Amino acid sequence: MPTDQLRADLRARLERLGSAVTGHVWRLGYAARFLAYLLMHSGTALRRFRLTVKEVYFAGVLSLIIILVSGLFVGMVLALQGYETLQRFGASESLGVLVALSLVRELGPVVAGLLFASRAGSAITAEIGLMKATEQLSAMEMMAVDPVARVVAPRFWGGVISMPLLAALFSAMGIFGGYLVGVQLIGVDAGAFWSQMQAAVDLRHDILNGVIKSVAFGVAVTWIAVFEGYDAVPTAEGVSRATTRTVVMSSLAILALDFVLTALMFTGGNAG
Amino acid sequence: MNRSTIDLWVGIFVVAGIAALLFLALKVGNLATFSTSQAYQVSAKFANIGGLKVRAPVKSAGVVVGRISDIRFDNESYEAVVSMTIDQTYKFPRDTTAKILTSGILGEQYVGLEAGGDARMLEAGGALRLTQSAVVLENLISQFLFNKAAEGNETSGNEKGNEKK
Repeated sequence: MPTDQLRADLRARLERLGSAVTGHVWRLGYAARFLAYLLMHSGTALRRFRLTVKEVYFAGVLSLIIILVSGLFVGMVLALQGYETLQRFGASESLGVLVALSLVRELGPVVAGLLFASRAGSAITAEIGLMKATEQLSAMEMMAVDPVARVVAPRFWGGVISMPLLAALFSAMGIFGGYLVGVQLIGVDAGAFWSQMQAAVDLRHDILNGVIKSVAFGVAVTWIAVFEGYDAVPTAEGVSRATTRTVVMSSLAILALDFVLTALMFTGGNAG
Repeated sequence: MNRSTIDLWVGIFVVAGIAALLFLALKVGNLATFSTSQAYQVSAKFANIGGLKVRAPVKSAGVVVGRISDIRFDNESYEAVVSMTIDQTYKFPRDTTAKILTSGILGEQYVGLEAGGDARMLEAGGALRLTQSAVVLENLISQFLFNKAAEGNETSGNEKGNEKK
């Protein structure tokens, strides 16, 4: 009967959808349990701090060039585009405010986070995934060394430490780029550029909130990166898939988190 | 790359990151005006605050002397109560006038203080009695139109009077 076939087909589809949903929920729960386990076993990473320092080198120092160059160019483009618009209203002196606020509040943490996810996050996933594929993690367990404490936790903390510093460097470099284009190239008055910026940017409301954002992004990106690596299917294909998933998931996580954090931070009664 | 070189680079990285944060705090945001530890609170009641916002500057003679810390609505006098945090180094007489002014045509609104002549100074928690509300454009326009209409009535009334004579 065709209706029976239809029913069976529909049922199979529903079952697939249901298993996909439960699979995602199960994975989310596993990731949360993994984070809790990681935090409880990060004593080694903090006691033998050299392990973490090494990971700061790989995640932070080696990302410096891309962060600094991108920051410089983002700031320069912001100044060029902002000047075009501000000039129409005769407010080109506010260029410093525009560049500084957009960088410190939004672009610094977000763009630095996206770059960090694709530069350092993918590397972390690939490294841990490959360790798993070549059974180095199992070998550690055989020697009674906890791979989470020895391999995963230092990478996690290295990323969490690096991210806010990278975001701050990105913002500072962007403001310098905005200064180069706005003041040196276009000829906005340097005094107005800096003084209006200082009058408008608040230490707690803007800069501290930007730092909080970058810390949140750092935790999210490195969490996703170490989890995807640890949870990767231990084959060449599985590792490559996990690496791709890290970049996609952490970029989405950054943008979603950014919306939530911005809504929490900047839409009080005193927004402005 | 051996370990000490890694340590050196990480050290440079951390120092550069902290330097960037300090640059943001000191040069981009102004840390100096942030210190609210040595400041005192003053409040003022306005019939209308227009578009005044919390954290807007309080200026006297064009110099920023403090910031708006809080804006509330007083349900007894039906007026807005604006609290200001003023830097301890600036003292004002008791009969100081507070006005809500606008910087430029499209600029932000701020509170301007005009010192009076009283010998006694404002204390912490004191209140400014003399205030001038924000100029609301709609009120201004309606006032203008009302005056115009009144003028028109007057002239037409006079004309009628003349005709009767």
